[in-house]
Amino acid sequence: MKQSRFIRNIWLGIENLLLHKLRSFLTMLGVVFGVGSVVAMLAVGEGASKEALNQIQKLGSNNIIVSSIKSIEEESSSTQHSHMSIYGLTYLDHERISEGFKNIRKVAPAKLIRKESRLGSNTLELRIVGTTQEWFELVPRQILAGRVYNKKEDLESSAVTVLTEYGARKLLATRNTIGQTIKIGGDYFEVIGIIKSESGQAGNIQIPDQQIDAYIPLSTVRQYYGDIFSKRTAGSRTRELVELHQIIVQVDKTENVVQTAAGIERMLQSFHEKKDYEVNVPLALLKQAEATKRTFNIVLGSIASISLLVGGIGIMNIMLASVTERTREIGIRRAIGAKRKQIIIQFLIETVVLSTLGGIVGLALGIAIPCIITYFAKMPTVITVESILLPFFISVGVGIVFGLYPAASAAKVDPIVALRHE
Amino acid sequence: MNIIRFDNIHKTYEMGTQQVKALNGVNVSFAKGSFWAIMGPSGSGKSTMMNILGCLDRPTSGQYFLEDQDVSLLNDDSLSDIRLKYVGFIFQSFNLIPQLTVQRNIELPLYYLGLDAEESRKQAKEMALKVGLGDRLNHRPSELSGGQMQRVAIARALAGEPHIILADEPTGNLDSSTGEQIMDLLAELNSEGKTIIMITHEPNIAAYAKNRLHMKDGFIDSIEEN
Repeated sequence: MKQSRFIRNIWLGIENLLLHKLRSFLTMLGVVFGVGSVVAMLAVGEGASKEALNQIQKLGSNNIIVSSIKSIEEESSSTQHSHMSIYGLTYLDHERISEGFKNIRKVAPAKLIRKESRLGSNTLELRIVGTTQEWFELVPRQILAGRVYNKKEDLESSAVTVLTEYGARKLLATRNTIGQTIKIGGDYFEVIGIIKSESGQAGNIQIPDQQIDAYIPLSTVRQYYGDIFSKRTAGSRTRELVELHQIIVQVDKTENVVQTAAGIERMLQSFHEKKDYEVNVPLALLKQAEATKRTFNIVLGSIASISLLVGGIGIMNIMLASVTERTREIGIRRAIGAKRKQIIIQFLIETVVLSTLGGIVGLALGIAIPCIITYFAKMPTVITVESILLPFFISVGVGIVFGLYPAASAAKVDPIVALRHE
Repeated sequence: MNIIRFDNIHKTYEMGTQQVKALNGVNVSFAKGSFWAIMGPSGSGKSTMMNILGCLDRPTSGQYFLEDQDVSLLNDDSLSDIRLKYVGFIFQSFNLIPQLTVQRNIELPLYYLGLDAEESRKQAKEMALKVGLGDRLNHRPSELSGGQMQRVAIARALAGEPHIILADEPTGNLDSSTGEQIMDLLAELNSEGKTIIMITHEPNIAAYAKNRLHMKDGFIDSIEEN
């Protein structure tokens, strides 16, 4: 009985709002856009941070990635003709890292060289990753066909290669995949396996693997291509001597990651004259990403509260005008016997219905926008239950907060004066 | 038996720095089932009297007994309750709510009395039939003539089954023949036992009432009682 009266009051409120359809609609817009933009922004933000977290997790949360970088002095002097830059991580660094730290479980060194490859009429520029079989344990990727190479093949400098799915499609096309021989640079390699690759960026570190990778045992790469290679950039030829481009380190426990990374950094510092290396910790990035997400949410929350505040003020403004316009109606109701409380409830319900309807329309908008973004911009968006419930309840709250004052001023109307009101 | 008794009622308004004495010690009783016309020039205090009678306003001093209950000191909520249960208002300018249909206007007191939707629909329909507007239930006030609007107002005043009908110049906005029809309706209600108190300044309208009370300067000037 009590509940049916509540529903009846809501219907009476809706009927009253429908008397001024355009006005009610325009009043609602503030909340519609407020809630809509909040839901949409949360979805986009959630999508972006989820993707960043995903990427970072692909790096491995127990891993430390040590990379060679060209120091700034090298960068500027390398524009000179026929200069050879020598920089980066060395084989010795690899040994020192492997043996010098008790918390380190596995280490995978890598040489990265770009080479043209060919099979029949198919050509593809590959990134040769000369590495040991540990790589496949530290950067675990699904094996689609065949196998990855083993320790024996590494030691014997076998001419074998593992391609990515992308490389295999481009080069091998419809031919038999495993056992096929392809030409990389001037040498021939047997394809023994195909793995799936994950590509992309995680924070400011490149994911270790790329689509155009071809994995070849490190000893084979050293033997075939040596340590010196030349690059052609903007007309000038530069030659570089880099022993190792990357060393991926796996630490035994997550708690030890940061400390071990600092140890490696200190060790490298003592052996390198220039800062031609960089130590990245995906775990730190993960924490940084989470902190960024928190900041992002605070900023979004502020924007949200401002837009909802504006929407609420819009509603309050119209309701105050409505109270003035309906002074006589209030007087009539009071003369008939309506209590102040009942007048308050009447106006409050109208405001809450207005803001709640605005909230519902806003939700629809806020769910539609991320779907459109994902469809056209191919950007991931994630709509969570909280990102729907929170703005919705806030819109109901806005109705109550901004409806109270107009409702109270309606109840204060003196029936004697109101009945004479024109 | 008296339904209403005024015992030395005073009402003073503050108008800026001035004090306006609208009622100056009024003593009067109205019997149950009587039909009174309150007359007097403007400023004589008859509107103030009506507001206090209808529990829209409280006297500054004195006691007002409504069905033997002293209502002069009740709070706002209790006065609302008294209006709802005991008093039905009829106004010169009808005072219907323009956006509501005839049906909804008549239902208003029933809504505040807490009747459920079905019951109040039924009763409102009955009231509309009683005042001769059974075919106008879904019209809005703007679609009705003045006489029809006043009939709606009467139906609304009757819906809550009040003991007293207070009519403030009920024919003031009507032409004379429509006014007579409305007065016939009020006289009929009185014959059914409703107590009716009416303000008017037209003697021919006041003639419908059985008793007449003349006011002057906040006092009762004279009483014609049958």
